Amino acid sequence: MNDAREQILAGIRRSLGRPALEGEALDTVKSRLARPSRHVIPERVNLEAQGLRELFISKARGVSASVAEIKTMSEIPVAVATYLAGENLPARVVQAPALGEIDWSATPTMETRIGAATKTDETSLTVADSGIAETGTLLLSSGPATPTTLNFVPPTHIVVLRRDHVVASYEDAWDRLRAMSAGSGQPRVANFITGPSRTGDIEQKIEIGVHGPLRLHILLVGEG
Amino acid sequence: MAHAPTSHAFPENARAALDDPILQRALGNLKRGFPVKRAEVVADLPEFELLRDVARDIKNHTLAHLDAYLEIYEANVVKSGGHVHWARNAEEACETVMAICREAGAKTVTKGKSMVAEEIGLNAYLDDRGIDRVETDLGEYIIQLRDEPPSHIIVPAVHVTKEQIGETFRAAHDGLDPRRGLSESRDITDEARGQLREKYFAAEVGITGANFLIAESGSSVIVTNEGNGDLTQTLAKVHIVVASLEKMIPTMEDALAVLRLLARSSTGQEFSVYTTVSNGPRRSEDLDGPDAYHVVLVDNGRTAMLGTENQDMLRCIRCAACMNHCPVYGAVGGHAYGWVYPGPMGAVLTPSLMGVEGSAHLPHASTFCGRCEQVCPMKIPLTKMMRHYRERSYQNGHGGSIARNALGLWSYFASRPRLYAPMARIASWMLRCLSRDRGVLRWLPFATAWTRYRDFPTPQGGTFMSAYRRGDLE
Repeated sequence: MNDAREQILAGIRRSLGRPALEGEALDTVKSRLARPSRHVIPERVNLEAQGLRELFISKARGVSASVAEIKTMSEIPVAVATYLAGENLPARVVQAPALGEIDWSATPTMETRIGAATKTDETSLTVADSGIAETGTLLLSSGPATPTTLNFVPPTHIVVLRRDHVVASYEDAWDRLRAMSAGSGQPRVANFITGPSRTGDIEQKIEIGVHGPLRLHILLVGEG
Repeated sequence: MAHAPTSHAFPENARAALDDPILQRALGNLKRGFPVKRAEVVADLPEFELLRDVARDIKNHTLAHLDAYLEIYEANVVKSGGHVHWARNAEEACETVMAICREAGAKTVTKGKSMVAEEIGLNAYLDDRGIDRVETDLGEYIIQLRDEPPSHIIVPAVHVTKEQIGETFRAAHDGLDPRRGLSESRDITDEARGQLREKYFAAEVGITGANFLIAESGSSVIVTNEGNGDLTQTLAKVHIVVASLEKMIPTMEDALAVLRLLARSSTGQEFSVYTTVSNGPRRSEDLDGPDAYHVVLVDNGRTAMLGTENQDMLRCIRCAACMNHCPVYGAVGGHAYGWVYPGPMGAVLTPSLMGVEGSAHLPHASTFCGRCEQVCPMKIPLTKMMRHYRERSYQNGHGGSIARNALGLWSYFASRPRLYAPMARIASWMLRCLSRDRGVLRWLPFATAWTRYRDFPTPQGGTFMSAYRRGDLE
C-alpha cells in the first residue's frame, strides 16, 4: 500500500508540474492550517443576544424542532415530563452522564437511567455545546459524559441548551468547541443537528423521522 | 449484482426513458421539487453569490496544494488513532475495504450512501464475497431491494414511484401482516426504519463516504438528513470511510463556507439535518463509538485530471443542482446516462474517469442552455467542459458521418469569405424557394430528427453581410 501512497503523491506532483512543496509554498499551507480564518458570515446574524435567541428559536421551529424556554436547570424534570405527556409518550428517559446531577424528585413517576442509548430506549436527554442562530442548529460533541448514541438511537431526542450558549454562526460555535477542547484535541465526534431526521426519498415528499429521531425538543435554559 | 455501464448506449437509453410513463411521472416530482426550494433559500441568503466565489477559490487552492494537504491530513488521522489506506484504483480500494472487513470478521456490513463506493463497484464486490451488505439510506435501500443502480446522486430512487416501493417492500419483508397499508410514504418510511434498526446493531463494519476530509484535524465529515450515516458509523465495531482525494479541504472554516452552499444547492434546505465531524475511533472513556476507524483514500483517475482542462471538475461537491436544473436529465432521468454520475456533472466526469470512448454521447446530452453552470455552487464551467469533449470526439473521428461532412463543408466555406458570401445568398434563396415563401419548412434533407418536432424557419430577405454593406442594420 505504501507503493500506492508514493505513486499517488508523485502523480499529483507530476500533474501539477512541480516537486513536493517546500519553503514558502509549504509555509502558505501550514499557516492556513495553524490560523484558520473565517470566510463570509451572513448578515442575518448581526444581532444582539436577544435577537440571536429569537432567530435561533424561529429557525429551529422552521425545521420541525420544538423549543421550550425554562429559567433554571431545576425546571428540567417538569419540562421533560410535560413535553412527554403532551406528546403522549411514556415517562422514561435515558440521560447523558453530563446531566447526572438532575434531581428528578419533582417527577416521581419518571423512570430515568444514565448512560449510552440502547435499542429499546424511547427518549434521550442530552446537552448541547452551542445553539447556532443562523439556521437553528445545535452543536453536540461526544465524550464520556455525552455519548453519541443518545443523539441518534431513541425516537425522541430532548436537548438542553443554555441561553448564553446561543451563538450567531457555525464558526462561533466551532470557536467554542476549539476552546473547550484546547490541549486535548477535538472530540471524537461533533454533531451539527438541525431539526429531527427527515427524508425526501419517496417521491420527494418530506417525511419527518426516518432512522434518526422523529422528534427533536430543545429546552432553552436561562434567565435575562 | 454488478451493473455494467451503458453510457455508450445513451441514445437508446434516452429513447426508452422518454417512452416510460412511470419514469416520466417520477421525474415530474423532481422538477417541481428541488429547483423551487433551492430558489427560495438562495433568495434568502444575499451572500450566496459571494460564497460561490469563496468556495471556488478554496477548492482551487486545495487542489493546487493537494499533495501537501493529503500528507498533513494523513498524519492527523494517525494522531487521533485512525488508519489511512491509499488506493490507486477501484480494485485496490475494494480489496482494502474487504481486507478490513475480513479482519473484523464481518458478516453484516451497514453502508451509508456513497457515490465513490458506487463508482468503484464496492457493492457488488462485497456481495460476491459473501458479505451481508445493507444499504441504510432509504433511497439506496429501496434500489438495493430492487437490484437497480441509483438514478440520482442525492435521491437515488427518484425514478421509483410510491406504489412500486410498496410492492418491493411487500415482496422483500417477511413476517409482516400481508394486508398492512403501504400506500403512503409514512407507512413506507416506518417500515424501513423498523427493518434497518436491527442491522445497525448487528453490523461489524459500517461504511460511509465523506463530504469533506479536513486536513487541519484529520476529520471526515458526512452530511445527511436521515441519520442513517451516523447510526452506521456509531454502532458498528469498525467504521470505514471511503473518500476520493478531492474531498480534501484545509480547515473547518473552509468546510463551513462550502457547507453554506451545499444543502441550499442540493435539496433546498438551509442546512442538512446532520453534519457530522468524526475524528478516529472511540476513546478509552467513551461509552460508544467504533473500536477502529479507517479511511480509504481513492484516486481512481483524479490525479490524472489535475493540471488538465478537467481539473475544474474536481471542485464538484456532488450536490446535484446541475441535474436538478437540466432539461435533458429532467426528460430522460439518470439511468440513461449509463453510469454512476448522471446529468451535466456526469457528462463531464464520466468521460474524465472512464475515458471518452465508452461515453462519447454524454457530452452531447446537453442543450447548452447553461442552467447547470448558473446553479453550480462551485462555479464549474460545465458547458465549456462538455464543448471541449465534443471537440475532442470530433477530432478523434467520432460522431455521425452526416454531421461530420456537413461541418467539414461548412468550415471549408466559412474560412473563405469570398466564397461564403455568394454561397450563403444562394442557399438562402434556395431555402426560400423550397418553403414556397411560407417562411417555414416542415421537412429538410438530413435534418429529419429536427424537423419531426419543429418547423425550420427559412431566411427572410438578404444575408447579414449584404445588409451590413448597405449600411441598413438599424
